[in-house]
Amino acid sequence: MPDAPLLFSGTLTHACDPLPHERRMSRPSIALSRFGYGLSAHDSPPADPRRYLLGQLDAYDPAPPAIAGRMRSRGETGAMVELVRSLRQDRRAALAMADTPSTMGAQSAPSEDPRAAALEGLPPEYRSKLDEARQVLLGDISARVGLAVSSPTPMIERLVHFWSNHFSVSVGKVGTQFEVGPHEFTAIRPHVLGRFSDMLKAAVLHPAMLLYLDQFQSIGPNAPFTQRRGRRGGDQPERPRGLNENLAREVLELHTLGVDGGYSQSDVTELARALTGWTVPGIGRVGRFAEDQPSGAAFVALVHEPGARRVLGRSYPAGQAGQALTILDDLARHPATARHIATKLARHFAGDTPPPALTARLEADFLRTGGDLASLTRTLIDAPEVWTPEPVKFRAPFEWLIGALRLTGVGKLPPQRILGALNELGQMPWRAPSPAGYDDVAASWAGPDALVRRVEMAERIAANVPSDDVLARAEAAFPGALGDATRTQLQRAESGSQALALLLVSPEMMRR
Amino acid sequence: MKTALDRRSLLAGSLMLGAGSLALPRLAFAQGTGSRNLLFVLLRGAADGMAMLAPVGDPGLAALRGASLADYEGAPRLGSFFAVHPALAEVAAATQSGEALFVHATATVYRERSHFDAQNLLETGGTAPYSIKDGWLNRLAALLNEGAPAPLRALAIAQAVPLALRGDAPVSNYAPSALPAASEDLLARVSQLYAADSEFGPLWARALETKAMAQDDGLKNLRDARAAGELAASLMRDAGGARIGMIELGGWDTHANQRGAFARSARGLDALLGAYKSGMGAAWADTLVVVATEFGRTARLNGTVGTDHGTASAALVMGGRVRGGRVIADWPGLADRQLFEGRDLAPTTSLESLLAGAAAEHMRLDPELAMTRLFPGRSAVPLAGIVRS
Repeated sequence: MPDAPLLFSGTLTHACDPLPHERRMSRPSIALSRFGYGLSAHDSPPADPRRYLLGQLDAYDPAPPAIAGRMRSRGETGAMVELVRSLRQDRRAALAMADTPSTMGAQSAPSEDPRAAALEGLPPEYRSKLDEARQVLLGDISARVGLAVSSPTPMIERLVHFWSNHFSVSVGKVGTQFEVGPHEFTAIRPHVLGRFSDMLKAAVLHPAMLLYLDQFQSIGPNAPFTQRRGRRGGDQPERPRGLNENLAREVLELHTLGVDGGYSQSDVTELARALTGWTVPGIGRVGRFAEDQPSGAAFVALVHEPGARRVLGRSYPAGQAGQALTILDDLARHPATARHIATKLARHFAGDTPPPALTARLEADFLRTGGDLASLTRTLIDAPEVWTPEPVKFRAPFEWLIGALRLTGVGKLPPQRILGALNELGQMPWRAPSPAGYDDVAASWAGPDALVRRVEMAERIAANVPSDDVLARAEAAFPGALGDATRTQLQRAESGSQALALLLVSPEMMRR
Repeated sequence: MKTALDRRSLLAGSLMLGAGSLALPRLAFAQGTGSRNLLFVLLRGAADGMAMLAPVGDPGLAALRGASLADYEGAPRLGSFFAVHPALAEVAAATQSGEALFVHATATVYRERSHFDAQNLLETGGTAPYSIKDGWLNRLAALLNEGAPAPLRALAIAQAVPLALRGDAPVSNYAPSALPAASEDLLARVSQLYAADSEFGPLWARALETKAMAQDDGLKNLRDARAAGELAASLMRDAGGARIGMIELGGWDTHANQRGAFARSARGLDALLGAYKSGMGAAWADTLVVVATEFGRTARLNGTVGTDHGTASAALVMGGRVRGGRVIADWPGLADRQLFEGRDLAPTTSLESLLAGAAAEHMRLDPELAMTRLFPGRSAVPLAGIVRS
């Protein structure tokens, strides 16, 4: 592998063309939109951009009232997984007796609402559980959006969402709907200005991650539980009975060292062994032996692979739950991790191909402070590379929507509408297509279809909010940075609502 | 130890003789594609080739895959050695009517096990991840555009343009939406707003063009695979439609309880391909579909009845001109010592050779040139004899 390639880079050559003079951002405009989620309709532009940003480090509230009820996961997940397992067994039994194949939950005839059709065939207890899961998820997404839209510390909210995407979990798996919100609320939010190692342990060992990357059912091949079951000889063919290396690999590749961080297949396997025993509460026959962990997870010593481990050339003595924690601590302060995190942060704030000098300063800062994320944030604020007047990024859909809602001063929206909007824009929270999270490069988002969707969405938003004084609002939202083309179109618009729609899709609003 | 040729002769149907033995006469490149269509289907997440096309004739399979073998009792066979997954009914039918072939034990030059790097390499065509910025499908469009009076239409049926299709050649993308269409007046004003913007101007022009082609698709999203296949066909079958298309399917990363998960994803793929084929109508005769994934999965089931990241997988080629009904493979075997690093199906056929060879034959390009431009730096020769000339 060549020397330190830029992970996930993908800028197209034509995106690097010199920008016309009128696409220039002012410092207040950069503080608002490049660092944050844009100006809120209820605020005025910052007089001192740097102080405005630094002040947010003190004003940030990791646990605002809107999510107070969601700080502890409700132990629903284990119960749900068990319910699904028992239903699967019932179904297998039913299938064995019947001649005709069941169509439960799959391959329903095309209908107006395939979800309703699929639900129709499910047992009532599962249906109500799914419905509950959906409501919980809806509430959590709505809370996340609400916090970002009304936040007085939008830069820190951006960091929350950056880290949430770094430790991406997705609702694709049974039971995760209950856990993805708490993952961000309890494993990410408290640590965005804290230590990387604390966030790493909290995020990786949270039930949401343990479910999403299959860790919850990984079992040490030589664990007491496996040995006992083997002796009894009553192994059921389709029940999990061994190691799963999915989480271990992604911890090394995505969460810490990065793909070129110098780990091998044997490091993956050893970390997978160390992680055995970490699972979600309330699951399986071994559940009653579980010890609750601060992350919301459970540790079951019976399924932990015994023995010492060797990861990246270092030895770790046998040590139950603590073994994985110690390895994670070492991974968190590894130089490859510092480089990986520095590169991703720089890319997020300074553009798809981040300036190497900035990446190097962030990396050095990470190593010097032992991964102090508040210090990294201050380094970003003080980096001239992040204050370049040319826009460095095409706003990803979530960012654009939050920016639009802040700018228009929309009050509280019904959760269903928020969900619909995010779905149509293509960036639903906690549903990234892979454990790598959503892409963070312009080329992944700036396509023809995305522009059409934003125009459609903008017209819809603009029709439902006050639209007086759009030009003045444009000047405030992009202080000293509104281009002539946009100003002309806003002045020519046939109505306030149309002007607002145009402002929402203007190049100033689409880039930052 | 058998020779390569002996191992090949194990296989069903007509055999792949050495690459090049069926080589087409070298055509001048960019001779014109007529109305030839190419659809690239990318299976994201590493689809398990051994589940897609199970080597039931290999004595090693039972020990590796145990319980899941029941799925292949009565499944369509390709010779005595391979069985097509039962969820791939339309694909199996196309194979049996001679319009589809599989390539097995195939992989790109990538030998690590990261989805993201592997997809990057497969989509860019670089020899290392992130070494090239644009995609091979975009470079194919560019090759075909050289000397052409107007650039051909290249289209992703997706909410975002996938990397394989990104680059300098103009491309568009489209996915059905539940949003109400914007008013004509606003669209016209947005055109003026973007007119001076060097990036948004061209993107917006292509957006409007594609939108016009796709009007009234009646869909709200791409979740229904059959509808997605029909939509792809409707955007490609007419003379003014897209010549190059790309569509992505996820759901292949089957780390746990693979049987059900694989069957679900395979049913989706099958529905999509079946609908696309029938939707293309008469144009199917001039259409080629290539289905590929970033890498395969471990040969052995893991502790959670799934499979982990592996190396070689299978690829599928379908189309009206395909010399189908067969499997192209230099079968590596499934004994422990034959597995790559003791765990994965070993790669014996270059996936880049398949992609470049199939695209070149179908689009009537010089295969060597296609290989050099689409997948630079490879030593493998483009596969020949995929498509009837």
